[in-house]
Amino acid sequence: MAEKILMKGNEAIAISAIRNGVDGYFGYPITPQSEVMETLMKERPWLTTGMVVLQAESETSSINMIYGGACCGKKVMTSSSSPGVSLMCEGISYMAGAELPCVVVDVMRGGPGLGTIQPSQSDYNMIVKGSGHGDFHNIVIAPASAQDMYDFVDWGFELAFRYRNPVVILADGIIGQMMEKVEMHEQKPRRTAEEILRDAPWATTGKPASRPRNIITSLSLDSDIQEVFNRKLAVKYAEIEANEVKYTEYLTDDAEYLFVAFGCSSRICEAAVDELREAGIRAGMLRPVTLYPYPFARIEELAGKMKSIMSVELNLGQMVDDVRLAVKGTCPVGFYGRQGGNIFTPEEITDAFKKFNNLK
Amino acid sequence: MDTAEIMRPENIVYRKPALITDNVMHYCPGCSHGVVHKLIAEVIDEMGIQDSTIGISPVGCSVFAYNYIDIDWQEAAHGRAPALATATKRLCPDKHVFTYQGDGDLASIGTAEIIHACSRGENIVVIFINNGIYGMTGGQMAPTTLIGMKTSTTPYGRDPKINGFPMVIADMISHLDGTAYITRQSVHTAAAVRKAKSAIRKAFEYSEKNIGLSFVEIVSTCNSGWKMSPVDANKWMVENMFKKYPIGDIKDVLKDAPAL
Repeated sequence: MAEKILMKGNEAIAISAIRNGVDGYFGYPITPQSEVMETLMKERPWLTTGMVVLQAESETSSINMIYGGACCGKKVMTSSSSPGVSLMCEGISYMAGAELPCVVVDVMRGGPGLGTIQPSQSDYNMIVKGSGHGDFHNIVIAPASAQDMYDFVDWGFELAFRYRNPVVILADGIIGQMMEKVEMHEQKPRRTAEEILRDAPWATTGKPASRPRNIITSLSLDSDIQEVFNRKLAVKYAEIEANEVKYTEYLTDDAEYLFVAFGCSSRICEAAVDELREAGIRAGMLRPVTLYPYPFARIEELAGKMKSIMSVELNLGQMVDDVRLAVKGTCPVGFYGRQGGNIFTPEEITDAFKKFNNLK
Repeated sequence: MDTAEIMRPENIVYRKPALITDNVMHYCPGCSHGVVHKLIAEVIDEMGIQDSTIGISPVGCSVFAYNYIDIDWQEAAHGRAPALATATKRLCPDKHVFTYQGDGDLASIGTAEIIHACSRGENIVVIFINNGIYGMTGGQMAPTTLIGMKTSTTPYGRDPKINGFPMVIADMISHLDGTAYITRQSVHTAAAVRKAKSAIRKAFEYSEKNIGLSFVEIVSTCNSGWKMSPVDANKWMVENMFKKYPIGDIKDVLKDAPAL
């Protein structure tokens, strides 16, 4: 029997990490995600599964602890919120450059700068377009419920190890703080040393006589070697784009108008769609679940059938650039957003929608 | 004695350590890095811990340490090696984990990481190369640069009014309860090399005892950065560097502990 418990999204991340046999969590406190580490410290998984949990001296350090743990082929993760994730960008770039698997959770809050501690989606560009220097992509998955927070930890590690690439769970203050019913599975064991040797033969596990030494580095110095490596990354990204796009759709079959929204915005947007439907307007919604890779092809396909598309986000308009790229000018693209930690109501969305479409 | 006789195995008195690879070293002639690499390779070989040792190299001249010692290596971002080492040791407690860091890496950009690794008492070894200068980027001032010392960013000599004072890291961290063994050595004479090797061996042995962090500072020369011949650099180091960074043990919790 699956266990169902009422919990916060942040708590779901922590419990899921333990139940999925994660080897290590390294973090630094920041609102609105501190419950992740607090829950882990309360649960003390080092006494049960052997999972290591450590409070680092900074986000710079926690991401580099993840770097070290990932070098050893371990399942390691961290979580933070926007200003803390800015500090982690150096480490994320190094991990992308060293092709290391890891899961980073960003529970977004309002920015720029110290900003607010309320929910926001204003890290879209930072996380999806490049969190750090150099030519690379994170795989980015966007939860919309506490259940997603729970489920995406395991999915995140699956993607991270399949592609040897950092995965970011891009959540927000609403999803992190909101309490919902979460269905949990049985405890899964952590991987054994033998399983790590099998699954991660590249890892620094100590050099036996039987193999050459393993070196984890992102340094080349030689332009030609670096270019060959970057092109290898491009091949990997093409594979990710071909195989891993995920989205959900709500009432799009007969829709004339489309909303695009991710994370918590998609929950609110769904209610806006219902209100418009009640008023006889055939609206629908697409929720990108993966933000990289992005569902460009499906949005382009839907755009051909729509009178207009509106991107709804808790920021000044970041994902809307990707919507426009997907739509390729085949129908008008609008944007509605709130900023600074403010959240829109379904009515605000329907009002903005009617104004954009000249509807009463 | 002809050449063939000299080369007979029983006549060999010195050889390249088994764990030093055949890669051509990029270090300048006269640089201390090569000697310290050799000592680490010898200690790992003599302790029989090649298959359980993980090295973490820094950013700086020794960024390519991983090319020279035949063990598994992680290459860290600038200053972050103790963070990598912390997670590696905690996740793999049966491994021997060491960082190899210069003074720019450890004493400047990486101060938070080294101080907190010391404070937490991570059971790792830190090898700290202190030559008072940034070697790889062309001889800029380091936190350890002596007062009056000329570098490319202190062309008229380090002035404490402008540049502050040299940092004596080993003494600073000796006050942190998580450190077990702290020593300052050098490799400018045969005797010094032997003592430095004993210190490195002790640090690796201490890391097996789970009593905290072991820290071996090697006061080193950078004759290219100092713009001296290797011989003059050694002389200058003894006359100047050793005054600020005196050689010897600073802390040894096993030796210093009061008898019961």
